[in-house]
Amino acid sequence: MATTVAAPARVFGSGIRRREDPRLLTGTARYTADFTLPGQLYAAILRSPHGHARIRKIGSSAAKAAPGVVAVFTGADTEGVLQSIPCAWLVPNSDLKVAPYPPLARDVVRYVGDAVAVVVAESAQQAYDAVELIDVDYQPLPATVDPEHAVKPGAPQLHGEAPNNIAFHWTVAGGDVDAAFKAAEVVVRDRIVQQRLIPTAMETRGALAHYVPATGELTLWNTTQNPHIVRFIMSLVTGIPEDRLRVIAPEVGGGFGSKIPQIQGDFITVFCSMKLGRPVKWIESRSENYQSTTHGRDHVQDVELAATKDGRILGLRCTVWAGMGAYLSTAAPGIPTILHGLMLSGPYKIGAVKEDVYGVYTNTTPVEAYRGAGRPEATFMLERIIDRLADEIGVDPVEVRRRNLIPPFDNGFDVITGLKYDSGNYKGALDKALAHAGYEQLRAEQAEARKKGRYLGIGVSMYVEICGLGPSQVAGAVGFQGGLWESAIVRFHPSGKAHVFIGSSPHGQGEETTFAQIVADELGVSVNDVKVVHGDTDITPMGWGTYGSRTTAVSGAALAIATRKIKEKARLLTSHLLEAAVEDIDYANGKFFVRGFPDRHKTIQDIALMANVAWNMPQGMEPGLEATTSYDPPNFVFPFGAHLAVVEVQPETGHIELKRYVAVDDCGPQINPMIVEGQVHGGVVQGIGQALWEQAVYDANGQLLTGSLADYAIPRADVLPDIEVLSTVTPSPHHPLGVKGIGEAGTIASTCTVYNAVIDALEPFKVQSIQMPLTPERVWRAIAERKGA
Amino acid sequence: MKLSVSIQVNGRTYDREIEPRLLLVHFLRDSIALTGTKIGCDTSQCGACTVLLDDVAVKACTCLAAQADGCSVTTIEGLAPDGRLNALQEAFWTKHGLQCGFCTPGMIFAAQALLRVNGNPSPEQIRHALEGNLCRCTGYQNIVRSVQAAAAAGVR
Ligand code: FES
Ligand code: FES
Repeated sequence: MATTVAAPARVFGSGIRRREDPRLLTGTARYTADFTLPGQLYAAILRSPHGHARIRKIGSSAAKAAPGVVAVFTGADTEGVLQSIPCAWLVPNSDLKVAPYPPLARDVVRYVGDAVAVVVAESAQQAYDAVELIDVDYQPLPATVDPEHAVKPGAPQLHGEAPNNIAFHWTVAGGDVDAAFKAAEVVVRDRIVQQRLIPTAMETRGALAHYVPATGELTLWNTTQNPHIVRFIMSLVTGIPEDRLRVIAPEVGGGFGSKIPQIQGDFITVFCSMKLGRPVKWIESRSENYQSTTHGRDHVQDVELAATKDGRILGLRCTVWAGMGAYLSTAAPGIPTILHGLMLSGPYKIGAVKEDVYGVYTNTTPVEAYRGAGRPEATFMLERIIDRLADEIGVDPVEVRRRNLIPPFDNGFDVITGLKYDSGNYKGALDKALAHAGYEQLRAEQAEARKKGRYLGIGVSMYVEICGLGPSQVAGAVGFQGGLWESAIVRFHPSGKAHVFIGSSPHGQGEETTFAQIVADELGVSVNDVKVVHGDTDITPMGWGTYGSRTTAVSGAALAIATRKIKEKARLLTSHLLEAAVEDIDYANGKFFVRGFPDRHKTIQDIALMANVAWNMPQGMEPGLEATTSYDPPNFVFPFGAHLAVVEVQPETGHIELKRYVAVDDCGPQINPMIVEGQVHGGVVQGIGQALWEQAVYDANGQLLTGSLADYAIPRADVLPDIEVLSTVTPSPHHPLGVKGIGEAGTIASTCTVYNAVIDALEPFKVQSIQMPLTPERVWRAIAERKGA
Repeated sequence: MKLSVSIQVNGRTYDREIEPRLLLVHFLRDSIALTGTKIGCDTSQCGACTVLLDDVAVKACTCLAAQADGCSVTTIEGLAPDGRLNALQEAFWTKHGLQCGFCTPGMIFAAQALLRVNGNPSPEQIRHALEGNLCRCTGYQNIVRSVQAAAAAGVR
């Protein structure tokens, strides 16, 4: 009887368990706070309690005399040692005004949390105790916290360099927007406030710096998404040459953008170690994290859409005031501009777009990337205003989207903002989401429910995102002060096991597994035989970091190409060892064999051994089995999707119940669908958090009123439904594996999806707009106002 | 003033002189160098520090080390002493119940405490039981699946 043997399941595309998990599940993983070096000291930072104040005098003698205290430093001590913290995204043609950003404040503090002094002591407790003893004489100054108000005449001024607090004014324009509005049969407008958010990675930030005066070498353990950028910037600020500077990103407990920038605490910790010649550790408390590590979003947006009566979009015109906080954080200016304005066409054919963005200094914590970074703010504007249009012309919002979608394309589509999308099938994603959700049925249920006085709402949002950042030439052209390429080394050992070294720095996204899958898939080795190493600048090759959903898209491409180089060398060596022509060597399932003679073969393990012992190499071939690739992508990648939410609103209380959430995302072929699904879950929930619960609130004096996890509401387990995750697969034409990115997708779509659903539920009350987050009180008030009207 | 305490952690007794104000979480992390227990907040909101104290799940940042004198504590390091994951850890691994792993030690103990009193919890009951443990990465869905899988595997 013939038996059929199932083909071995392809490791690329299978949802295998993660290689990084055993250490995380057993408490043996080491995060920055978990390291202790011999002779280690602890730093505690005194932070400004004022939103804006002049420092008249700092009295530190009591702190210096406190038990265990080794030193107290203030801004004056850093004179000549530390440079100003640089901004690394100098967006061109924007009249950018970069104000000095001292690691320790000098004469003026500009936000609650601005670093004023540091105590270094033998124990953390002693350091914190002594911080309380520092006596600072402040002269409070008027503060400004709202980006729209801060540019108005008479507003308090933060920096002499930036009149009217304007850090930059950037414009994107494509097509003839004035003509579009002249030709419009319908114009809809909205004012949207993208409230300020706090990224809240569960691990706060921290650093452990060990400077050795005798050698001038610094080792820095740092909670970062991009250790190579840290080395570069740290070198610029401290003057320690890059070859003496080793940055280690050990286990990192989430980032979401907040671990991209170099913040004051990093430089202060290094400074203390340089001054004292001993290891110094600084770990933020959560309250300190909320005050001093970066925030996200903070846009005030005026949006206008020009369309025809039948819902064809003619043009989009917007003005945005983007709060930058008190100083320009590392990547901040690029976020509301390049990563935002260029995405305003979304998945739609739009003939004309114009946007003015004002980046504004305010007396608040510096703003940086937060998951999605610019793209959620763009997606929300577009997807919200399309719902307004649908409402205005009385056409179903899904139908309005359909009438404007870019048709499917697989190799390039130029949008009016100047980008070339790589591939897309937007209709495919939308159809799938609607079919899965049962859209017609949901609309029927909604109509039924309304008759019974129940308010169901259905919201849809589509998105295209730009990620896989990006071609370095483009990075340079848009003012990014670095490259955006990545590198990978694949090294086979004599026993056939391999190490992979990458320059990017995953921190929860699972690349130790997915990257092993890439190698396993190409070379037929076991995933368990491939160890992926990242996060140490002395060991790993250059890379610009893990953010912007770029690690699989860029690092993964470098790795795929390096793996293929290994394969080619193995083929050559096999041909030599088997004395067969190279053209006759085939490869399948980990074996290189002579075509037609599968028994005459070498496994990749054989080749690894023979290449490493190098007893019999072909003329001119180097020993070893190792390949390095540096990969600079030819274009960005553009994942996309369609999301749908169903909510029910209780008009009497304003309570919102999120009943269903359907996500269809297309990130190209999935290396590990289990990990992709996990990324979607986490991303969607963060976006829902913005819609429903999260907001960083400042009072007029710049006090942060949501300064701890007791006041800032991140989503909890008990307030969420299961997310229904689906996908479509549209490969990127330019990526060696066709893959795109999935880290931010969920967040980009979900805020507006839920928002649109809530407004849809309130249609009978004619509520058009509610300020996020949609707390019960705000919803209830919006209904009450309409009833009153 | 120093206090002497004797606390059993993962089956081993530690006698230490401590400051009265020392929190249990700092005792674990700093005094006896078991850093698997995490600190995610300063207001007792996040649950990253959850451990078992005499078999009850507690937030180790809300408890003085002195209060644990004479008690027995289980931390994440105590669950797989021979390197073999227990069934609950195994379930988190299989169901992808963690990403960055920072919330995971606390989640494991919150889940363990639930399963002790309810061996077959519904997803709603699981979500309710985990409301005091924050995770920013997973959106909780795979954590719920992990706990369901652990229950199905007989974890109590
Ligand atoms: S550290 Fe957050 S609850 Fe204990
Ligand atoms: S896995 Fe990162 S916080 Fe839960």
